[in-house]
Amino acid sequence: MSGLTPFMSAMGAVIWKDLRAEWRSREVISAMLVFALLVILIFNFALDLQPNVRAGISSGVLWVTLAFAGTLGLNRSMAVEKDRGCLDGLLLAPVDRAAIYLGKAFANLLFMLLVAFIVLPVYGILYNTNMIIPGLLLVILLGSEGYVAVGTLLASMAVQARTRDILLPILLFPVAVPVVVSAVKATGGYLAGLGWEEIQPWFTLLVVYDVIFTSVAFMVFDSVVEE
Amino acid sequence: MSYLIEVRSLVKRFGAKIVLRQLNFTVQAGEFVALLGPNGAGKTTFLRILASLARPSLGEVWVAGFRLPQQAAHVRRRLGVVSHQPLLYGDLSAEENLRFYGRMYAVPQLGTRINEVLELVGLAARRRDLVRTFSRGMQQRLAIGRAILHDPDVLLLDEPHTGLDQDACDMLDGVLRQIAGQGRTVVMTSHDLARVEDLASRFDVLTAGRITASRSADGLPRDGLLAFYRQALEVQRNLQGAVR
Repeated sequence: MSGLTPFMSAMGAVIWKDLRAEWRSREVISAMLVFALLVILIFNFALDLQPNVRAGISSGVLWVTLAFAGTLGLNRSMAVEKDRGCLDGLLLAPVDRAAIYLGKAFANLLFMLLVAFIVLPVYGILYNTNMIIPGLLLVILLGSEGYVAVGTLLASMAVQARTRDILLPILLFPVAVPVVVSAVKATGGYLAGLGWEEIQPWFTLLVVYDVIFTSVAFMVFDSVVEE
Repeated sequence: MSYLIEVRSLVKRFGAKIVLRQLNFTVQAGEFVALLGPNGAGKTTFLRILASLARPSLGEVWVAGFRLPQQAAHVRRRLGVVSHQPLLYGDLSAEENLRFYGRMYAVPQLGTRINEVLELVGLAARRRDLVRTFSRGMQQRLAIGRAILHDPDVLLLDEPHTGLDQDACDMLDGVLRQIAGQGRTVVMTSHDLARVEDLASRFDVLTAGRITASRSADGLPRDGLLAFYRQALEVQRNLQGAVR
């Protein structure tokens, strides 16, 4: 670790801590996974999808599932810090607080991608759709990154409130509308077999959203967690 | 005279409520100051400001030669903080918790330092056990280990005896005596006069957002702290009565 900058070392420590704690407790992953699988199962029975409308609707179902499961994970990830006063422990460390933010966000992204990795094959079987498309996997990566970038920041705000469980979705969903909409459209495009020129605008919007919101969250995290 | 902690005319407001009112406070290197006071006097808020976890509304706060909040990162490197909550992760072992915080503080030769700290707080045999399996007393001892891991100049303790049974309190006091014996500067808030009487070298009373009385432990008669504390509260009540 001596070769790393203090920033990278602190960020790495936060990621290591989150992954290690999750490996032991499996609290975040199991809650997200059970929720995600139940949602796609319920939608599968509730919606009688014709092949011609399947691509348009199932992409929405997929992203609603991932977004809701992601919110569960984001809430739990920050609640762990708050419950035992560990957030104060993090803030007392003499490191750039952006490193703490990036560490938390990266760990949250790994949890969300792991859930997506497990959910996708199940989803493909239930909806009789091929989900293993390289472009689609990239959309899931970019969409998850944007959602987690803004979600980690808002979760660190919401965790200070008594009503944190309901506050996070209220804060997060309006801000995450662009990333969810563009992810749904790009996913729908890949599932419908559309050409790159029709998917590209949504893809570009995803990239732009990710860059802007990750940068903004990186810059304002210190002010958000300051009392 | 240079102080390790120097606070001048500190005011802290939460909206319209004023918690600290023109508070002045100084601590020399090596002192063990017990900050006494009733509930709601502002002790925790004051310690959070010293720890750089809250911003002063007005006034000057200097710790180890650095001003807060402007030079907070420098102050944090020189501070160890213990609060009622352990600030530890239940799903990590004692050693893993220390390793995590050691990396956050860039502690050199971390493995050796972790061994030293676990020996000091008497948890070397439980190093691989998860913190959530620890008793409250063991968690608090590990919290002190976490706070001194990076060898800070100043240790801030906010009611560290809260929720501990008699044996756990005695063990904690033993650890605190060892730490104070190493020449570290300690500021500790407490309600438990009997406990701090044997630990501290100075007693300050914080009431209604101000330090209203202060005295050295030298020459304090046995059980004299209770009389000193009651007198300080009485003076404050009389002052408030006169103002009204």
